[in-house]
Amino acid sequence: MSHDTTICCAEHARAGAGLPAIERGMPTPAGTGLSRRSFMLKSAGLAMAVYGAGTLARLPVFEEGIARAAGRKDSVLVTVFLDGGADSLSILAPTGDAQYRKLRPNLALRGGGKPFAEDRRLMWHPAAAPIAALHAEGKVSVLPAVGYAHPDQSHFVSRHFWEVGALDAQLRSGWLGRLLDRIGTPDNPLQGVSLGGSLGPSLAAARMPVAAVDAPEDFGFWAPGAWGPPGDLAIPAFAEVGRALAGSRDPAMAQAGQAAAFAGSVRASLKPFGDEHGKPTYTPRAAYPNSQPDPFPRRLAGLAAMLAGGLPIRCATLNAPGAWDTHAEQASALRDNLTLTADSLYAFQRDLEARGIADRVLTLVWSEFGRRAAENGSGTDHGAAGIGFLVGTRAAGRMVGEFPGLGKLDPQGNLRATSDFRGLYASLCADWFGVDPAAVLPGAARLWRPKVVR
Amino acid sequence: MARIPTYRGPFGSGEARRLLWRAGFGPRPGEADRVAQLGLDRAVRALTHPASRRLTGPRPTDGKGRPLAPRDAWGHDHCWWLDRMVRSEAPLVERMTLVWHDWFATSKSGGATQTQMLRQNALLRRHALGSFEKLALDVTRDPAMLLWLNGTSNNRWDVNENYARELQELFTLGAGRGYSERDVRQMARALTGFRNDWSEGIGPHRFRYDKAFHDRGVKRIYGKRGRHDWRDAVRLAVRHRRHPSFLVAKLWGYFIPTPPPRDTARALERLYLRSGRRVRPLLDAILRHPHLYDPARRMAKPPVVQAAGMLRAVGRGIDTEGWAWMCSQAGQMLFEPPNVAGWDDRRWLDTATFRARWHMATEICNPARLEPDAVSGKVPSDPAQLVARAMAFWGNTPLSAPTRAALERYARAALATADERWKRSTYPVLTENALRMLIGVSPDYLTS
Repeated sequence: MSHDTTICCAEHARAGAGLPAIERGMPTPAGTGLSRRSFMLKSAGLAMAVYGAGTLARLPVFEEGIARAAGRKDSVLVTVFLDGGADSLSILAPTGDAQYRKLRPNLALRGGGKPFAEDRRLMWHPAAAPIAALHAEGKVSVLPAVGYAHPDQSHFVSRHFWEVGALDAQLRSGWLGRLLDRIGTPDNPLQGVSLGGSLGPSLAAARMPVAAVDAPEDFGFWAPGAWGPPGDLAIPAFAEVGRALAGSRDPAMAQAGQAAAFAGSVRASLKPFGDEHGKPTYTPRAAYPNSQPDPFPRRLAGLAAMLAGGLPIRCATLNAPGAWDTHAEQASALRDNLTLTADSLYAFQRDLEARGIADRVLTLVWSEFGRRAAENGSGTDHGAAGIGFLVGTRAAGRMVGEFPGLGKLDPQGNLRATSDFRGLYASLCADWFGVDPAAVLPGAARLWRPKVVR
Repeated sequence: MARIPTYRGPFGSGEARRLLWRAGFGPRPGEADRVAQLGLDRAVRALTHPASRRLTGPRPTDGKGRPLAPRDAWGHDHCWWLDRMVRSEAPLVERMTLVWHDWFATSKSGGATQTQMLRQNALLRRHALGSFEKLALDVTRDPAMLLWLNGTSNNRWDVNENYARELQELFTLGAGRGYSERDVRQMARALTGFRNDWSEGIGPHRFRYDKAFHDRGVKRIYGKRGRHDWRDAVRLAVRHRRHPSFLVAKLWGYFIPTPPPRDTARALERLYLRSGRRVRPLLDAILRHPHLYDPARRMAKPPVVQAAGMLRAVGRGIDTEGWAWMCSQAGQMLFEPPNVAGWDDRRWLDTATFRARWHMATEICNPARLEPDAVSGKVPSDPAQLVARAMAFWGNTPLSAPTRAALERYARAALATADERWKRSTYPVLTENALRMLIGVSPDYLTS
């Protein structure tokens, strides 16, 4: 939605329009090196101190929490969701499997991609070459057939299982939410952050605060017709009102209150990342694909900058570009989605490396299921086991579970799972976050935990 | 046989406000008091049996004074429908059209043109309060839906399961309720036969049913054997014994945040079947149910409801196409639901979408802002009075005690910084402007 961005930023450029030039008698922000306007826009926290924080009480509690947690060298997990059920049999194509061309007379990949070194039956999709390159460096653990027993072919049921980390349709808290309950703090909403228009369900329903940020460089607020102290104080005031209701017994009221309260603290933390027009003040350290209007590479670049800037993020969730539910016209849709996804992930990894923080970030790429082994013409219907990647310098770099082959499909004609996503989650809890998986995942004791972290 | 309980408490402007926000797009100035005068029964009847479907108020424009181009221009389709929400004299019809858009969630990202989306919109409006079976039949052959869930890619040679699965999982029965994977595949065969042409410049067109594309073999769906076609498939799903409980629970959920009590649910299911699977009697009952008026059962306003409601509250129409991106940022771009399951009503508000709601309030408050030069001396400098004046801006929307207290604290702090004479006359005006914003994004106003 390119229009979003253009209109939005044009709109946002008005953010300072309500402010006067320096008013007679107003205190000058001494020693800040900032113009009056940018001082007022970028530092409402400081402005409060200038304009009578004593009257409006303390610095908001969440800002303190973020400040206290900032700058630590904690491990971080980034999850990237291929929404709709990505076709694993194209991304890592079993060109060496005798059944492949029979099942996929139109869609089978014929060549052009690099062979997969760990199983010569498989070939990387040409658009996945950047992931293949990272794999060759030992930085990608591949799960060629990840899923669970008795697979559900509903998008929403299967996705829910992955989001809550259990085969439980009733469970409401996300697995990352429960992880944050163990490792998070009650005053740091950025510890679990969705880079996107709304909160990812895997983060939701935690006891700890979490946040969603569409663009870290563009999180400003402006109250029309209210400049000077009444305007400056209005910004922290929305969070104050939110805090007054955040503990409400009515769930809707509480959700609205928390959104306001957390937004106030996130705004304060993100101020260094954007200018008054919502343009980034940071410079990526790698070449991200230029993909207007898709925000995915821009969001990854912002995330790398936020991590390097010391923001106390532990879990971040994103959606990969495009729709992966390729019931028809699969070949072109998948190629386009995969190109942008793989190029962006590659740039993100290089960005983290250039910034010297790659050793504390792992990126998990997942989808709710794979697709049916047999094509339906120009597309494929819902399947079972699918593909997963764990990317990072600390990824073990070895395949988890083998490729099961197309000769032994399940009774529905779908790929059988050779690894369980809950076992992967359990390994990440234990080996990446140092948390007992039993505290996060129901039935964790029974899960086989693959070695995915080195 | 259990009766469906009806609200018997006082029906004042607070209750009328709740009804107007849940069943429509909030009150116009003075409307809550007028509806309260009607009493519960007549107020609900006026919604479920609208006397007029006219649009009243200024016609929509794009921000440059031009009429909207909903078939062609980006975002104008969204604004076109939002305008109907603002101006319709039959708000429940618009609200139910929105419900069906969410229920049979179709996105133009599936390849439909805006014209095709608008035709589907007219279809949903036509059936807004009518028969669910007729609605489901018409949706099944609607071009936008045929594109979205690959109905025209589904033929006797290449069976595509997309529509068959979602018809049962999302539209009529619910995930895993009374059907198997086998039923999905058999139903997909029954649904074969639709096709369309495609050409450069025009895109998809000439949607039709072609018997030659239909699989005429015997299928077995829910144990019933026959040479089922698409009509049979839809009727089998809608007449499945587990469909009424799905429909009642889902429909109820659009109006009341907690599930219906068991007896009420059963009674509503019987009412639905008795009425020939019509929706209007259910709405009559749900809108009069005591839980709808329970102060402790609030719901977040969906972004388009909030946007339309704010415009109604201040007596403004659509005069900028900016409402498209503002609603999009808030998480609800009409004709572009996130997926076939529609929008997630439990997750409207987080830090990102809160900021979008702030933008919406900005759009309302900015042109109406008080200028100190114009009103200086006429604005009181008492915090409580300033809060009351700002509430009046939003049609005297009620606020909870903690919100009022926090707003008065803010006003007091802002006024206390006025340490010169010009500030003492200016800051109350600026404070009132800010209070309008703070009320517009308060938890009280973001929910109803």
